[in-house]
Amino acid sequence: MKRVRFWGTRGSLPIALTADGVRRKLLTALATAHGRPLDTEAAREAVLADLPFGIAGTYGGHSSCVQIETGGPDFFVCDMGSGLRPFGLAAMAQRAGASQTFHIFQSHLHWDHIMGLPFFVPAFIPGNRVVVYGGHRELESALRRQQEPPSFPVDFSIFGAKLEFVHLEPGRQVDVAGVGVTTLLQRHGGDSYGYRFEAQGKTVVYSTDSEHPLADPAHTERFVGFFRDADLVVFDGMYSLADSISVKADWGHSSNVVGVELCQLAGARHLCLYHHEPVFDDAAIDAVLAETRRLEEITRGSKPLRVSAAYDGLAIEL
Amino acid sequence: MQLEIHRFADTVVAAPAGRIDHLGAAPFQAALQPLLDEVCAARSALVLDFARVEYISSVGLRVLMVSARQTREQQAQLLVANLQTVVREIFAISRFDRVLTVVPTLDEAMAQCGAQAQVQYRAAAGAPRP
Repeated sequence: MKRVRFWGTRGSLPIALTADGVRRKLLTALATAHGRPLDTEAAREAVLADLPFGIAGTYGGHSSCVQIETGGPDFFVCDMGSGLRPFGLAAMAQRAGASQTFHIFQSHLHWDHIMGLPFFVPAFIPGNRVVVYGGHRELESALRRQQEPPSFPVDFSIFGAKLEFVHLEPGRQVDVAGVGVTTLLQRHGGDSYGYRFEAQGKTVVYSTDSEHPLADPAHTERFVGFFRDADLVVFDGMYSLADSISVKADWGHSSNVVGVELCQLAGARHLCLYHHEPVFDDAAIDAVLAETRRLEEITRGSKPLRVSAAYDGLAIEL
Repeated sequence: MQLEIHRFADTVVAAPAGRIDHLGAAPFQAALQPLLDEVCAARSALVLDFARVEYISSVGLRVLMVSARQTREQQAQLLVANLQTVVREIFAISRFDRVLTVVPTLDEAMAQCGAQAQVQYRAAAGAPRP
């Protein structure tokens, strides 16, 4: 496996940067640039480099969709949130004219994780193959239902690609196009599933929409084992720890603090915070990232843990 | 886990030490429970002196959350005082400083627990009275 590319990173529902949000970024950027040379491209880039990512960029607003670039000819994707649409267009541009196979692993079937399928252009192309994997028995029926009237104007008959559905049993590793895939049942309303991908000496874990009951040591052990020595863990860090065990207990999500702890216990190399709270603006996610890095620093054992916050368009080399 | 315990009027001060992590949280909770029962029955206060706590994990913080809920429901109080630098940062990052009553010093904690508790604490600590 070569890299992981994020196409949608927002939790619960897609959001968009507003005109007011852009204006506030520009005001901060102009204040930073005041008095500095701006006459060359390099000088302007130097000003931008001094700005936080939340000012110079944006975390984006598409809902969950992550691509794992395995180095093989098939595409590997986790979740079909609204980020599936730009992913599909990029995949089409990348291998125009050739038949393509997409292996899509569904954490669960909540709306924000399936809403991209009706807009997934490769599914409309005859000759393509779309294989959807998941732990839910209702995998196919849930996807068909969202395209039934009156929710959507066209049903599955519009798809020219061959669609297949594969049920995965938690705890069993299966081989998918040369990648070992292990499924883990997670705690979320209606259940969710995490995936551990292993190939060519690299391991990526995708674990979103997953609440961690802190008083259950067996649960912690299961997840530490699942994250063990991973090169990258994509982790639902939607809430603060305090919120996740008080006002938002049983909402099915986790926190940056638990992400750091599980990755440290598992000896993972890189934690990527994911499924961002939709009410958080870019500055808020910048702050969460800075705090999470600080937490890792002050609690570090023998092995450092790299910490990132996912954004739409981020590519992480493995 | 051994807690160093002192009583000032009807206020109980308990001082844990070391790491309250995935291994230490359950013994911490077990040691805390009789003190929680005591202050809940008396509708008084339990002050946790964290001066010697080096680290607290999410599991340990959950124990504090559950304890605070129990005291609140029984019209008692739970206060946490004397956080050391690392633990204070963990409280801030986890937002526990917003959901628990956290006070900088034991003296300030005692002031919130009543005049009698503070007087007795100051006498024992040798602090000058105002």
